[in-house]
Amino acid sequence: MTFVLPRYADDTAGQPSLDHPDYRSTALRHPTQPLVVLPQRLTEVTGPLLGEERVGELDHDLTRQHAGDPLGQRIVVHGRVLDGDGRPVPATLVEIWQANAAGRYRHVVDETRAPIDPNFTGAGRVMTDAEGNYRFVTVKPGAYPWKNHPNAWRPAHIHLSLFGRAFTQRLVTQMYFPDDPLFGQDPIFNAVRDPAARQRMISRYDHDRTEPGWALAYAFDIVLRGRDATPLDDDDD
Amino acid sequence: MTDRLGTTPSQTVGPFLSIGLSWADGPYVVPEETGGAVRIGGRVLDGAGAPVPDALVETWQADPDGRFDHPDDPRGALRPAIAGFRGFGRSATDELGRWWVLTVKPGALPGPDGAGEAPHLDVSVLARGLMHRVVTRIYFPDETAANAADPVLCAVPEDRRHTLVASEADDGLRFDIRLQGDHETVFFTV
Repeated sequence: MTFVLPRYADDTAGQPSLDHPDYRSTALRHPTQPLVVLPQRLTEVTGPLLGEERVGELDHDLTRQHAGDPLGQRIVVHGRVLDGDGRPVPATLVEIWQANAAGRYRHVVDETRAPIDPNFTGAGRVMTDAEGNYRFVTVKPGAYPWKNHPNAWRPAHIHLSLFGRAFTQRLVTQMYFPDDPLFGQDPIFNAVRDPAARQRMISRYDHDRTEPGWALAYAFDIVLRGRDATPLDDDDD
Repeated sequence: MTDRLGTTPSQTVGPFLSIGLSWADGPYVVPEETGGAVRIGGRVLDGAGAPVPDALVETWQADPDGRFDHPDDPRGALRPAIAGFRGFGRSATDELGRWWVLTVKPGALPGPDGAGEAPHLDVSVLARGLMHRVVTRIYFPDETAANAADPVLCAVPEDRRHTLVASEADDGLRFDIRLQGDHETVFFTV
């Protein structure tokens, strides 16, 4: 039996290195042996196609998950999930988590002195629509201190997790906000060496989608790995 | 090809991943009452041999017939015969670095080049301190002949192959993931 499988393009050039001494937690956690090439076979070109059953009614709105309104600047985060060829990725799960407006995560390990907000958990999930669009309502997360280096602060960010359509496309990233003065000293943001690639992690203020009297909007498109051209693709047009 | 969009770079999940990525039913690739289900689990360890308590282990696999309910399986998407089979498992590690999933052994797979693959799970490991996921595979200890012929396993240096084969344990199968150091798990670039 022989057959042809889709092939996903190599995107390692724009990705951060696992061995990144400026981010101290990588020291004992990055593999030191060379990675072995895993040819893309059936298990790699398929992946979990998780459906609406994973998403609750209020999962898209992090400001409505408790009795009261959370403190902070209400924002809309929206965009499209695309693959490297510009094709929308429909019906794929997007999961997010973030700190509250004061820069505090609702997590036992977070020992910063900023306050917990009883009206904010900081987790959300949505499915993209048929055109790959997604949208969340939340509050703008605060920057927060950490112990990586003297006077270290993480720029404000929202964590995003995506599956795409194949195991090869799995992505977890962070969305940043425009013109953050903390970018320069942040080893996680700067672990991406290519300045153009770093720009792809920064959202854009979107006045057209800002909702009068209610919420600022930020646009953030997410690009998952695209497919290499194959002989079969020649028949598409 | 020239108008290809750049992929969004990966960033670490950080220490608070469980807020967003924990699912109550995450470890259940199959429902708890599934006949023949096997528990696969182990520990995630760092280069000093210390447990990694803030990792997430995800698994992806074929069903026991070696099929995927996915349009890119060239044999056609097939609904699994096992009710509630998800193919996907997700487990955050606990304070001792332990993870587990409940699943069924996948079938062997045909290959695009005619060379078949032994039963296996694809695994992603995400953690604070990992700037992107690391990928490995779990093979089964009772598949000696199929493992010996598996094209992916055969491409791994022989003295490291054992890191990809689970071992028998009292409660199922054990698979420890060593991110660095002695007996470092084989990780792949996909």
